[in-house]
Parts: sequence; C-alpha cells; structure tokens
Amino acid sequence: MKPFTQLNGLVCPLDRANVDTDAIIPKQFLKSIKRSGFGPNLFDEWRYLDHGEPGMDNSKRQINPEFVLNFPRYAGAQVLLARDNFGCGSSREHAPWAIEDYGFRAVIAPSFADIFFNNCFKNGLLPIVLSTEVVDQLFSEAEATEGYQLAIDLEQQTVTTPAGQSFSFDITAHRKHCLLNGLDEIGLTLAHAEEIRVFEEKRKAQQPWLFV
Amino acid sequence: MSAQSLYDKLWQSHVVREEADGTCLLYIDRHLVHEVTSPQAFEGLRLANRKPWRNHSIVATADHNTPTDHWDQGIQDPISRQQVETLDANIRAFGALAYFPFKDERQGIVHVVGPENGATLPGMTVVCGDSHTSTHGAFAALAHGIGTSEVEHVMATQTLVAKKSRSMLIRVDGQLGQGVTAKDVALAIIGKIGTAGGTGYAVEFGGSAIRGLSVEGRMTLCNMAIEGGARAGMVAVDDKTIAYLKDRPFSPKGEQWDAAVEYWKTLVSDEGAQFDSVVVLKAEEIEPQVTWGTSPEQVLAVNGRVPDPAAEADPVKKGSYERALQYMGLTANTPLTDIPVDKVFIGSCTNSRIEDLRAAAGIAKGKQKAANVKLVLVVPGSGLVKRQAEAEGLDKIFIAAGFEWREPGCSMCLAMNADRLEPGERCASTSNRNFEGRQGQGGRTHLVSPEMAAAAAIAGHFVDVRTFA
Repeated sequence: MKPFTQLNGLVCPLDRANVDTDAIIPKQFLKSIKRSGFGPNLFDEWRYLDHGEPGMDNSKRQINPEFVLNFPRYAGAQVLLARDNFGCGSSREHAPWAIEDYGFRAVIAPSFADIFFNNCFKNGLLPIVLSTEVVDQLFSEAEATEGYQLAIDLEQQTVTTPAGQSFSFDITAHRKHCLLNGLDEIGLTLAHAEEIRVFEEKRKAQQPWLFV
Repeated sequence: MSAQSLYDKLWQSHVVREEADGTCLLYIDRHLVHEVTSPQAFEGLRLANRKPWRNHSIVATADHNTPTDHWDQGIQDPISRQQVETLDANIRAFGALAYFPFKDERQGIVHVVGPENGATLPGMTVVCGDSHTSTHGAFAALAHGIGTSEVEHVMATQTLVAKKSRSMLIRVDGQLGQGVTAKDVALAIIGKIGTAGGTGYAVEFGGSAIRGLSVEGRMTLCNMAIEGGARAGMVAVDDKTIAYLKDRPFSPKGEQWDAAVEYWKTLVSDEGAQFDSVVVLKAEEIEPQVTWGTSPEQVLAVNGRVPDPAAEADPVKKGSYERALQYMGLTANTPLTDIPVDKVFIGSCTNSRIEDLRAAAGIAKGKQKAANVKLVLVVPGSGLVKRQAEAEGLDKIFIAAGFEWREPGCSMCLAMNADRLEPGERCASTSNRNFEGRQGQGGRTHLVSPEMAAAAAIAGHFVDVRTFA
C-alpha cells in the first residue's frame, strides 16, 4: 500500500448526497479479477453519455461535458469533495480502487458509509470527515476559485485552505499508523498469530460445533 | 456483571486482543465467499505465499454472474465465465468446508445458501465480501459485509481488524396488519431513520412484531439493515431460530446440538441492557411500502403520492428529490397506484426464499399478468428453494400467470448477468436497492414486498395488496 503523509491537491467538488458505490463503479466492471485499472470507469454512467462495458477503449467514448469530473478545471484533481453518506450501498472495494486509480488520494465529506470508509484505508486513500458547515464552506470556495487546492497533513490531522484556515479531523491511531507507513495489515496481524491460535483452541473447546 | 445487549455478547466473545485505541482483532467463525469480491483476495494470498488460516470456515458459491436460464449453454458472457471459473480454481487450490458451484443443486445466492445449510449459526461472526451479509444476523450472529482486502485478511488470519460500533435498538411493537410483511417493516424503518440513520451502529431488531416474524422474515429485515446504513442487523434467539436450524446439513447433531441450544438461548439482550440509540415503531401504523425515488429512504405507503420537491426546505434534499423524480420519470403528486410497471422482479437475497415465493404465488394464483407488463421474472434464491417451490406446484402457478420461472442466482437485483432493465424501463422489484442504474443503466426501480410485486404484475401498476382480490 502507498503511504499517505502529506498532500497538496486540487479539489473536485461532487455536489450530491448519498453517492452509492454502484454509481462510483457500475456492476459490469466488477467482473474483472484484477484490482487495478478501474479509474477510467469511475462514475461511468455519469461521466460518459454512452453505455460502458469492460474492455472498451474509453478514450473513444462520448464524454458528458456536464459532469463535474469532466470540467477541464478539475483535471488532475487529487481531493474529492463530497456530501453526506458518501459510498453507501454495496461493499465493493472496486469503489475505492476506482477512486484511487483515477488519481484521488483523499475524499472529504460530512459522513461516509461504514464499509466504504473502512475499505479506503486498505488502499492508501484517506477519507476525511469534516462538519457539514466546513464542507459547505469548502464547496463554496472550490466552486468559486479555479485551481483551488487543499493541503492535507495526516501526521497533524489537518486540512488547510489556501487562505491558511486549518480544520482538524479524527482518525484512529491504528489506521493512522498503517496509512503513514503504508503497512501491510495482514503482516501486522500475523505478528499476533500465537494469540489467535490460543483463542481459537479455547473456542474450539467451548463450541466444538463451530469447527466441523 | 451489568446487563449486556446481544451485540455486547457477540462482540465480547470474539475479541482476540484489543489495542489502546479500541481497535480489536475479532475472530471470524464463518467466511462466505462468492465469485465477485474474492479473486483479488485469493491472488493476494498467492502473491504473499500465504495459505488460508482455516479453510473449513469458508462456504462458497457462485451467484452474481450466473445466468438464470439456458443452463445447458453454460455462461455465455466470457468475462462472467472467467470470474466463475476463477472461483472454481481458487476453491480447488485453497479448499473450503463446502462449495456450491454453478449448476450444483445447492447453488444459489450466498445469503440464502448459508442459512439453509446450517452454515450460519447463532453466536457466530459471519463475514462475506457482500454488504447484504447483514442477513445472517437474523440468527443472532454478528454478521456484516467486508471489502476484498478484508476478505484476504480473514482468509490469512481468521480475524478482522475492527472497532466496536455503537448500538441501536429498533423496536417494532404490536402486530403487523394483513398484507404487511417484513419487507414493509424494513422499508418503513429506512423511511424513518434514513439511509445513513444506522451508520456507525450495530442494530438489534426487537419488539413483539419482530418476534412475530418467521425466521425468513427476520432475514429479510436484517438483510436491509445495510440500506439503513447499519453494517450489522440482528435478532435475538428464540424457539423459531432453534426450530429452523434443527437438522440442517451443517447444524450440530446429537449431544452437540443440545449443548449448542443451551448456549444459543443466552443470545438475547439482558433485561435492562443499554443501547446508544432506541427507535420505536408501531406495527399497526406500517402499511405496504413502495419506493418512489433512487434511494431506499425515498419510500411511502402505497396510498401515498409522489412528493413535491418544492415542498422541501432543505436544499440538499430538495436537489436530490428533483434529481430522483427526473431519473424516475415521475411527476410530483402522482398517486403511487397510478404508476404503471414494465417489468417485475421477484427474487434477490432479500426476498427469494420459499415463504416469499409462496406469498407471491398466493397473489398470482389463477390470474394473468397485465398486458403492459413485458416480463415477470421469478428467481428462486437457491436450488433447494427452487426444488421446494416445484414440489408445492408454485412454478405452475407462476407459469400459468405468464411469469417466467428461472434458475437461482442474484439476477436482476444487480444485473451482472443478462437479466436487466433497459433504459427507461420501470420495475416493481423485491430486491433491496433502487439506486440509479442498479438494475440496468437508465432502469427505474421501485422496491416492494413479494406480494406487492405480484399484485403489480397482475394489475399492471402498483396496487394496495390489502384490497387486491
């Protein structure tokens, strides 16, 4: 996993509440057995005017010029600014894979759906919860100012506007540590393999029917 | 010891270790696997040269990509076929307690297959790379969906890195009226709390109306906990739970059964258990529900009218209402019962079990689908459900009514196979999500119960099943 430390990134505002993972990456792209290459199909049904299928040459497809991601001013955006309950619905990790593959490194919203939020951390993508008021302010500023960037500092747990206004965000110590260092969580857990084994033996003795 | 909730008990009994910030390693008893969210996890194991910690925790089936007709021709779509064959190969290589591949008589939707085989038991932690894993909470299990990285983590370590959620009790008191089902209860709850109302919570469903539901009804309810934002939904053990599990293939037998039952009976919230949030609904006030928009919270009783965005004060909500009406091709203030349907889908992990099919057949019996309805798909949740339905003659009732009787799978709930809506088509669906494009790009989904779906198929538009004859 790519470590996440600091980022100074162009902000793309996606002004919709309840953006679900079906919208983030439609089901036909879930047939892939790989975990990369989903970026060109991020928000496929909103981003293109024609119907997308796996294996298509996306550069030849009809772009929807009204969709915010297609505005030239947001080309190269690394911070996705979103509304409440972002990433609701299906547990598909293809959603953070697509967002990360497109080039985003952070998503800011007033709230996220639980499974999506959790999935982000496994992929070097930082989801940041800020208050509705702050997110409203960031939307206004991002829409009003071309080239609007936010500075994100994970170590300090801050998001800073171009005017120097700083907002702090919460993250658990475990997630922060993994993200800052780009750690393989499985490797970390297996350091406790003996504890898991002891727990398992005890459980087996108590509830043998779980171990057929 | 102070009074514990069911969630407290389930959580506490699975904590392997806890860090200072509350992050825990949680032991996982059952890992359900399907073809869509597992290939990258198996690949990860291979790349790191790891083996599954306990492959007998795995129960796998192919469901999302499998076709529901012409099984003799196999899977036509080459990418779908590759994904299903990849699961075949991975299970061969890594092993499992049970695998129900494409065409197996016990194949079906993973959330139907697990419980009917007794692979989901009270007191278990159950995970699957699928958000509707909440279904299994109906058995007083701690069950929730996980992403593919976590699928790999569970395979490699038999644990999940997790923090305890807040707890919510949703109590439904009283008795449901005739024609009002578990699906209507689920939709009414989501209408009340919103699709993010349960975010950050593990939900226990309680109250006399929940105790009155069958085990299959409880599965329907817990299945949709995730649509209310709660990763996990659960119902306490009672005699119905125990009766359902008796003699299932992977249920304990003999002395172990007795010991298990004794333990399972403790899987209830203690008197006086504390919850971080309590929501109460009156069963008598719940009517048959129909969603009108593109989020499950955009739902009304069948006798309602499409809302008017102009009446909404909150600008974000107003915008989403306008967008939803435009996508759904609906006009404000239209009575829901005036909305005609093009297709009907009876199936999905929410509503494809035998009781759902009996209920739909009860409405369709001796009737014909309306001329304006192009297709009525009835897709049983598993091979065993299909066989049972056929033994009861339900297939004949559906076929006589002009419905199509298909092979089991996820089908048009998410349209990964060939079953889908065309742009602009409107569907009465017993599935769980009415998101834009969910059942096919440009498709318009209205979520309803099996009874309401069958009645819409016959009438050609939504009708109140309580007065439908």
